[in-house]
Amino acid sequence: MEERDFDAIVVGSGCAGPIAALELARAGKSVLVVERGDSAGSKNMTGGRIYTHSLRKVFDEETLATAPLERRVVHEKIMMMTSDSEFAIDFGSDEMRTENDSWTVLRGPFDQWLADQAEEAGAEYVCGIPVEELIKDESGAVIGIRAGEDEITANVVILCDGVNSLLTEQAVGYKRPSPKSIAVGIKQTFALPEKVISDRCLVTSDDEGVAMLMVGDATKGEFGGGFMYTNKDTISLGIVGGIDAVSKSDYPIYQMMEELKAHPTIAAYIKDGELVEHSGHMVSEGGYNIMPNLVGDGVLVAGDAAMMCINFGYMVRGMDYAIAAGQMAGQAAVKALDAEDTSAAGLACYKSMLENSFVMKDFRSYASEPEFLEGFDRMFKEYPEMIRNIMNNMFIIDGSPNMHIKQAVMPEVKKIGFRKLFKDMRGAMKAL
Amino acid sequence: MSEIKITVNVDGYLAVNKYSVDEENAHIELVDDPDTAEFLKLVRVCPAGLYKVDEDGTKHFDYSGCLECGTCRIACGDTIIAKWRYPEPTMGVQYRYG
Repeated sequence: MEERDFDAIVVGSGCAGPIAALELARAGKSVLVVERGDSAGSKNMTGGRIYTHSLRKVFDEETLATAPLERRVVHEKIMMMTSDSEFAIDFGSDEMRTENDSWTVLRGPFDQWLADQAEEAGAEYVCGIPVEELIKDESGAVIGIRAGEDEITANVVILCDGVNSLLTEQAVGYKRPSPKSIAVGIKQTFALPEKVISDRCLVTSDDEGVAMLMVGDATKGEFGGGFMYTNKDTISLGIVGGIDAVSKSDYPIYQMMEELKAHPTIAAYIKDGELVEHSGHMVSEGGYNIMPNLVGDGVLVAGDAAMMCINFGYMVRGMDYAIAAGQMAGQAAVKALDAEDTSAAGLACYKSMLENSFVMKDFRSYASEPEFLEGFDRMFKEYPEMIRNIMNNMFIIDGSPNMHIKQAVMPEVKKIGFRKLFKDMRGAMKAL
Repeated sequence: MSEIKITVNVDGYLAVNKYSVDEENAHIELVDDPDTAEFLKLVRVCPAGLYKVDEDGTKHFDYSGCLECGTCRIACGDTIIAKWRYPEPTMGVQYRYG
């Protein structure tokens, strides 16, 4: 192996980066993490909620107990929304209080904790410097990074620099994805007393909370949805909308956000909350079909930089994929370094590890799902309106003879048409 | 422009964020005389509301409130975004919550 400054360099300290670094450090390799934020997490944002299963494969129970997780999600709410109504499914279960749980998180404190774990394991950190470009040798293999004045070399570079990576093109020839395959996220964070949030979530513990997705009027009928996650003493509220869809809408993304906040059921959650942050971030929606090459000579790509995010319609996952992929990238790099072959062939075990895990199995089996969701127009306007009309028929009593359920439902379904409804249901069953 | 509905003042929200603004270097630059239809896309998609068209039709863009999300790069990277880099070291937005 060539004499280099480090065995490995990790670009970006979000979810994937520090875990990759930690795996390398645990194996006794020298590893440098370069993060463009002044501290880890200071450039990152999520909805958000993390499913803990992949964290549990990295950290023992005792260590994980020190993680700044906000509230354990014990209620899943899915809301179909029109401007003048909302219809919600609210699911709670004891299974949500097991080790297959999920927690709301804020990336400022959470990413810092992940970085601390990597540093404690022996990874070195440089923060506050964006990596401008990769250094390649004559053969085109990645051999290091250029950041500011500095050139730093390594036998492996692991790119974990997020959905808006400016480096994947140089590393693995990735072309900028289309606006149809990427969504824009906007979020506002509201501070409220812990106890008030617990009361609004109808939970008896300040460690438990609600995750909510809103479909329909949240995005003014466009492809996308609203989200709300209750943290310890803040509430995260926002919208994710397809960039292509929003770019043609009458409503800018921030205007959608403003109107969502005024919706009665949302307004009740954030009432008297103090706005403490207004943030934005992109969300990869294209799934398997827009993933870059994950391996190149001297380089691996993990997490959002590899577009590892799936919108399942009723939930969105990204961080648990990133943690798992970061772990596998770190392990694969260790293997390649030990075998003294960090060419694409030597690093290919990263791909096979991903393929054999839930990560690539999910991306493959949901490959056709983004296309389905994007064409699912009726879900964002007509179905929420249909549900509202049916529910009004059933629950509003004006003194005329009571409607049988059939009378309340059928005329409204007919307005859309049975064939369309059947087609959408079949499509949803197939894609989701 | 009249068809785009905007009542909210996003600048007021950005004021709660923490930034180190780089007065010297613009990390995002537009082409000269950007196409109006393309510019209006950015008016709609930028979560910080940095792209504005005023009443007489003049286009405005101020990078100082940028959230560094890259949405404008994806929406108009082939058309009116001439340059998109991350801000210089220690510059730009600093999320405290995220």
